[in-house]
Amino acid sequence: MAEQTIHMPCTEEQVRDLKAGDTVILEDWLYGIRDATQIHMFDHGRTTRFDLNGHAVIHTAPNVKKVPPSNSCPAGYESICVGTTTSQRMERFTRPLMAQYGVRMIIGKGGLGEESRAAFREFGGVYLAIIGGTAALETTWIEQITDVDLDDLNPESLWEFKIRGFGPLLVAMDSHGGSLYDSVKQTAQDRRAEVLAGMGVGA
Amino acid sequence: MKLDLDAVEETAKHLYIQALKILPPDIKAGFQKLDASETNPLAKSVLATMIKNIDVAEDTTNLLCQDTGIPIYNIVIGRNVEVDGQSLKDAIRKGCERATTEHPLRSSVVHPITRVNEQTSCGIRVPVINVDFSNAEETFEMEMIPKGSGSENGSFLKMCIPAEGVDGIKTFVVDKVMEVGGRVCPPTIVGVGVGGTSDLCTKLAKKAGARALGSVCDDPEGAKLEVALSDAVNQLGIGPQGLGGDSTAFAVHVETAATHITMNPVAVNIMCHSARRARATFTPTGVEIGF
Ligand code: SF4
Repeated sequence: MAEQTIHMPCTEEQVRDLKAGDTVILEDWLYGIRDATQIHMFDHGRTTRFDLNGHAVIHTAPNVKKVPPSNSCPAGYESICVGTTTSQRMERFTRPLMAQYGVRMIIGKGGLGEESRAAFREFGGVYLAIIGGTAALETTWIEQITDVDLDDLNPESLWEFKIRGFGPLLVAMDSHGGSLYDSVKQTAQDRRAEVLAGMGVGA
Repeated sequence: MKLDLDAVEETAKHLYIQALKILPPDIKAGFQKLDASETNPLAKSVLATMIKNIDVAEDTTNLLCQDTGIPIYNIVIGRNVEVDGQSLKDAIRKGCERATTEHPLRSSVVHPITRVNEQTSCGIRVPVINVDFSNAEETFEMEMIPKGSGSENGSFLKMCIPAEGVDGIKTFVVDKVMEVGGRVCPPTIVGVGVGGTSDLCTKLAKKAGARALGSVCDDPEGAKLEVALSDAVNQLGIGPQGLGGDSTAFAVHVETAATHITMNPVAVNIMCHSARRARATFTPTGVEIGF
């Protein structure tokens, strides 16, 4: 298990270096996306003016407050509470995010599926697990909301965040097919019969 | 006691915000207990992050989790409490709405078909308001639970048949905990309803999941099941956030109801580690706010 700091955007080589079980801390830039953002980008043919090449996206829909644009809130939004949502619902967007926009890291909770694993392997990408339900802490890693696109979808807009010390995040799926979720699942499967027998089931 | 509806509205607002920011003491104690017994280093670091988040939320008066959930109010009306029922419901709804627009909070509630969000955390039949009655003299209780979707999506019902017996119940609970894995933000409180009708069974599971840690099922048979299942699910190795470890659940809670001779229903409703809850007790001497 290695821990390293990565300044965003990153290269394919940096991502291929990461192995499931490593921890990383991200610096500089991060983009926030959610269900509606991606439905509009990939099903309704909308595009973004942001350059996501080599960047990380996080599955989120933040609690924000509309404020007059200022130096500390250039996009006119103050971040009140930024947390992470369950990734599984957005499984089918991993491939287009990587193929069309060059995204290299997806941050979320709960893990992604087989299609994503294949895309991570093919294009060079990783899934970084954040601890779900720790939004107060996560919010302190976000310096400001610097820009926003597709804002008619608020709160599911495409958010641009300036970040500092974003992590530790756990590499839960790597670009070599490795996945922490697989081994946990396997362990549970292996123990199931014993656990049930321990309660006298089938006795 | 005549219930002051302005105070009810204000309290309904306050409880929603408080619940989102401060975890009840029993849940905090539950974290310490899990942390002390966890043997997996990765799981220990995940628990440490969760515990740190509880402190940061309080220090920065921020929300524990960004999911403001579906607002649920459980009210219990004691003896000799005078109140107009519909006005009481209106006051609670108003308070819930004001918490959302005045704080402001993210409204997580949408119309089930159009998916339109009124940005008030309210909609048809939401907030959920459950009404019950008690023997307590001149006492009105209001419990507020913001139920996160990650864990609420871990809800299941099975109409087992009597031949499946208690084995069927135990197997169902273990299989559902395995199925949801990390999606429900473990460590969790696994709420289990046993018996009743399908709707009552589901309701009991929800009630069990929302019960304070350390509380025990009134029915001794249910209490026995709680011990066996709590032990069992923590042997699966799912761990905090589903990344492996011993701490899959703080506890399994069970609530029971009598059922039909040909029925054997079991329901599961999961409460995530952001096990948020706030409570107010109204008596002639005033309003006491707690958990
Ligand atoms: S399941 Fe609970 S902890 Fe996880 S994101 Fe939802 S409300 Fe937060």
